[in-house]
Amino acid sequence: MSHLVKENVQVKDTLIVEEVQSAVRPLLEIKNLSKSFTGVQALNDVSLQIQQGEIRALLGENGAGKSTLIKVLTGVYPRDGGEILLDGSLINASDSGHAQRLGISTVYQEVNLIPTMSVMENLTLQHQEKTFGLISWKKAEIRARELLAQVGLEIDPLRQLDTYSIAIQQLVAIARALSTQAKMLILDEPTASLDSDEIKQLFDLMERLKSEGLGIIFVTHFLDQVYSITDSITVLRNGECIGTFKTAELTRSDLVSHMVGKSLEDLAPTAHDHSIKRERTELLQLNNVGKQRYLQPLDLSIAAGEIVGVAGLLGSGRTELCELAYGSVKPDQGEVTLGKHSLTKSSLRRAIQVGMGYCPEDRKQDGIVAELSVRENMILALQASKGWWSPISMAEQQNLVEEMIHRLAIKTPDMDKPIGELSGGNQQKVILARWLITHPALLILDEPTRGIDIGAHHEIIQIIKELCEQGMGLLVASSELEELVMFAHRVVVMKDHHKVSELHGDEVSEQAILRTIAS
Amino acid sequence: MINERNLPILATLLVFIMLYGFGMYQYQGFRDTLVFSNLLTDNAFLIITAIGMTFVILSGGIDLSVGSMIAFIGVLMAYLISNTGMHPLFAIGIALVVGVAFGAAMGVIIAFFEIQAFIVTLAGMFLFRGLAYLINLDAVPIDHPFIAGLYDIYVPLPGRGGLTFIAMAMLVLLALGILIARRTRFGMSVYALGGDSHSAALLGVPVKKTIIKIYALSGFYSAMSGVIFAIYTGSAYPLAAVGVELDAIAAVVIGGTLLTGGVGYVFGTFLGGMIQGIIQTLITFDGSLNSWWTKLAVGGLLLFFILLQKGIVVWVKKRSAS
Repeated sequence: MSHLVKENVQVKDTLIVEEVQSAVRPLLEIKNLSKSFTGVQALNDVSLQIQQGEIRALLGENGAGKSTLIKVLTGVYPRDGGEILLDGSLINASDSGHAQRLGISTVYQEVNLIPTMSVMENLTLQHQEKTFGLISWKKAEIRARELLAQVGLEIDPLRQLDTYSIAIQQLVAIARALSTQAKMLILDEPTASLDSDEIKQLFDLMERLKSEGLGIIFVTHFLDQVYSITDSITVLRNGECIGTFKTAELTRSDLVSHMVGKSLEDLAPTAHDHSIKRERTELLQLNNVGKQRYLQPLDLSIAAGEIVGVAGLLGSGRTELCELAYGSVKPDQGEVTLGKHSLTKSSLRRAIQVGMGYCPEDRKQDGIVAELSVRENMILALQASKGWWSPISMAEQQNLVEEMIHRLAIKTPDMDKPIGELSGGNQQKVILARWLITHPALLILDEPTRGIDIGAHHEIIQIIKELCEQGMGLLVASSELEELVMFAHRVVVMKDHHKVSELHGDEVSEQAILRTIAS
Repeated sequence: MINERNLPILATLLVFIMLYGFGMYQYQGFRDTLVFSNLLTDNAFLIITAIGMTFVILSGGIDLSVGSMIAFIGVLMAYLISNTGMHPLFAIGIALVVGVAFGAAMGVIIAFFEIQAFIVTLAGMFLFRGLAYLINLDAVPIDHPFIAGLYDIYVPLPGRGGLTFIAMAMLVLLALGILIARRTRFGMSVYALGGDSHSAALLGVPVKKTIIKIYALSGFYSAMSGVIFAIYTGSAYPLAAVGVELDAIAAVVIGGTLLTGGVGYVFGTFLGGMIQGIIQTLITFDGSLNSWWTKLAVGGLLLFFILLQKGIVVWVKKRSAS
């Protein structure tokens, strides 16, 4: 099994893989680092080196091991094996405070500061200078202004942190990270919620820190940013280090190939039947729908009996598109219509009533209610759309649920078993069933096959195809290109939070999708 | 500077001034300094308890054991003084050590076993009340010249009023509380914990140590309140101070501290305690109203402040989003 996977993902052009030369002693050296969680190898024998004044991109798809690597580096997780050297000496951080004292500071995507405290209090927390044993706020304010000046921020340090925008909070977090004599700065997706001016501000700062000799690890999903700021790129996949490359020498298509583990040349332009057999009646229409800091405005239409796939790398905006289409996140511009109904300003309940359904990406968090039974989980959406004052009778519930268990072949001993005890694939089917009994005209599925076994995987794809034949419109976001090209009539390709292309009919192939992402 | 953070305490100050102004306008007697100095003395034990509670609530916790602690400390002091012939100063010392130790013990359980403060201090509430009964079933007088001496210390003010020992002790403990909250690393750690405990840990705040210190501090303040209460009433009774924990929480919230933690001032708590006292005094001055009207007014004020805080939180969110 593992042999098979290995062979599948082997990259042909390993020859161009070039280790970045280590002329001088590296600032940070990671040797053969390993970490596993209850049988899952999250990091396997990862080695890399970073020089002073180097900006390194750390890239990888979901589950590649980026966040595990960062957490091991900063002492949040203990490591199973391997060595970490900073400035030539072995280090072993016990927690994030210890890592900071050693010289490794981290800034996370979600700002890890105290929103209810002032900027000054945040910057000096645990490092306040004292006079006569009491904190001197005069000195603290001077220090805070120094730190803010270092990152080029001119804000009032006495104001409460959460009165500032996320971008400014992010820069304050960096200012704090630099206050502890950092040698290594780890930026974990700091740009996810920044606009282009703010990103420019951040990049200017990174350039300056680089010239001061700091090593920077930069985690991001935006390939444009990787190419505009980094010196080198380390790609992780399935917990293994695929290689380290000089940014200037790695083409985008090679980078994407390394990340997804497939090279373009390996993929035959597969020909599936991508035509729709019926007359086109438009269902869902997104007209210039977008939201600031969330998704660039885009157009999209889905007809009855059509499956539209959404492809893109992790963080490219797949889920964001689904959320906006469904209405769980409201767009700040554009029009959403389903059939004849405008849904731009409607409540979710209205959306469900006129035929919308949505299976979210994170099944455990947003999909199932683990403590409730299969029956209760399945009946939720229908009951919600009817309103709680007109309850569905028990007999009717049992009939509906019985029918669905049969139709989707859900493996459960009985319908009153808590859904949390079912396997992932069966949980996914229950969620599908939840929407099917509301008879939706349009169903949005975000990663419908993630984390489920191969048998269930196949069944779910069959169900998707059947639903489509019955005239339902489907919007399916997936990181598995193979699966998308099997059923999608059209594929929308997302990149850096905007729609870059729409592939129709015969254009839909894995190769074409990868090419579009890499372009 | 008026910003979103000190808006609640300004509202508290406004309510305080308005109530006091109303009293002065309505009743001749209210204009004498005697009313103010009586407010300080009569509400001293509540305010002292509430200062300790402020730290707990600022950190996002709650301490329900403080009322029982007051009773237990009083009974313990009476026992030590009357039954063992110990000098009151030693008795007070022992009582304070016991209070801090019990507080710290609850802190250890909350920090290391990660059990909700509500449950742990609820257990403490029953436990301390039970311990008080174990020592003594009835009310006993604390008869000692030293205690009587303390009670008689008095610094006259212009008018008929004056500062009693009790009032002065409260003011000293208030100043101490303000210093601890705003001028020590521990104090800032308390604010950080209440603001976002996950981030606080990542910023290097020693979370467990801070939690233990918070409940030890609350133990200290409620034990101190027990001592003051004993001096104030000159007696000890296991059923004393029933429900004071709730009055203290009310004082903290009316004083502008956010119940979810992270935002608030110790001085606000002082005002919150005084406001409760003023309402009581106003009702006494009126003469026709039942004393239960105090509860009604305090309830209304509590509701007002909770809504005010919620409103501010929403307003700040909207503003930073735009």
